[in-house]
Amino acid sequence: MTEHAITMRAVNKYYGAYHALVDIDLTVDRGERIVICGPSGSGKSTLIRTINQLETIQSGQIVVDGIALSGAENVAKVRRDVGMVFQSFNLFPHMTVLENCMLAPMKTRKVPRAEAEATARQYLERVRIPEQADKYPAQLSGGQQQRVAIARALCMKPRIMLFDEPTSALDPEMVKEVLDTMIDLARDGMTMLCVTHEMDFARAVADRVIFMDRGAIVEENAPEPFFTNPCNERLQAFLGQIA
Amino acid sequence: MIREFSSADVLFILMAIRWTLILSLIAFAGGAVGGMALALARTSQARALRWISIAFIQVFQGTPLLMQLFLVYFGLAVLGLPIDPLLAAAVALTLHASAFLGEIWRGAIQAVPQGQSEAATALALSYGDRMRHVVLPQAMRTATAPTVGFLVQLIKGTSLASIIGFTELTRAGQIVNNATFQPFLVFGTVAVFYFILCWPLSLLARRMEARMRLAVTR
Repeated sequence: MTEHAITMRAVNKYYGAYHALVDIDLTVDRGERIVICGPSGSGKSTLIRTINQLETIQSGQIVVDGIALSGAENVAKVRRDVGMVFQSFNLFPHMTVLENCMLAPMKTRKVPRAEAEATARQYLERVRIPEQADKYPAQLSGGQQQRVAIARALCMKPRIMLFDEPTSALDPEMVKEVLDTMIDLARDGMTMLCVTHEMDFARAVADRVIFMDRGAIVEENAPEPFFTNPCNERLQAFLGQIA
Repeated sequence: MIREFSSADVLFILMAIRWTLILSLIAFAGGAVGGMALALARTSQARALRWISIAFIQVFQGTPLLMQLFLVYFGLAVLGLPIDPLLAAAVALTLHASAFLGEIWRGAIQAVPQGQSEAATALALSYGDRMRHVVLPQAMRTATAPTVGFLVQLIKGTSLASIIGFTELTRAGQIVNNATFQPFLVFGTVAVFYFILCWPLSLLARRMEARMRLAVTR
């Protein structure tokens, strides 16, 4: 158990001629909380999507929890241990909240129905919407839907959670409820990678903040020096814009 | 020998409906299997599968059903594989239905937002589970109405089997007309029977569409 949670070495990704990820080297320790920010198109979403191979890479190596991301079997193993939350929630609209949370554990972990339901209710309780279990996603507010999405991912009992701009599609008054849920999760020691522009969240929970630009990691630091003393001038400009 | 159009003739035509129905059912069932395979191949990651399914769909959508019937019925006979008209019609209509249902269902699968597939993938669901539990149930909503609509086309399409001598509804009408020579009456009756078969399906398609819309906004 001495390995890192995630190791990326010399990772490169292209969309055709476009160089989307440029020589990414990144090591994430177990329990570490990392916030990734950067201008749109800088490759931050692409970066976290390579960790569960929603995006394939052209060169380099990614090791998640000691498992190299290569071969269908390894990829499936990694996906079982890595939860993901999307900007647009992506709940399954034809299933109730409870069914959304039970599907993957029952199918991929072969958890019996009763146990899957108990787990689902437990995590819905944890994201503070147990009373919505039998509703359909469309009946919930955006903030509630995103919390269901977090519960759904947690039901797989992942060791790592990836958040891809989880609050960007939310109305301002709903951002806080989602961030609070994420902060709870961080306090419990979950390894987290969050792509977000919520700098208060970064200050509150991040161990490290990473700034990306044009597909490369250009600066990474603990939150305090990252915000108060940025070295890179593109980061300075970026922080100036979002402040 | 010309005789009067009688109730016995109506009964003869009525009995032929079962062959129209049997042929439609075989073609629809076969077409459902073939269409699903084509739709999945068409939306798969494997380029070879995509190309094969595109070629199949293009060929069968781009040529008349009648030519497909002739090719199966006369073509196989020339190759030394004479088959009876029912089998020939069933094979040709199945291929035809596969191509059309394949295309309808491909569209329905692609209409399901990409994020659904991604979320299922991120949850480690296998391709089979992803399709069965996430993508296809949602695709069904979009596909139901056009599928039933195509079934109506298919039932009417079976009338072409009369040309290779298969005695279904239309052929029964031809036989009666040859004896009575009352085309308006005879083919009018045949047309009414087709309408009675197809109209409820059209209504059903419309009802299903309305119900699905309700389900989505639920």
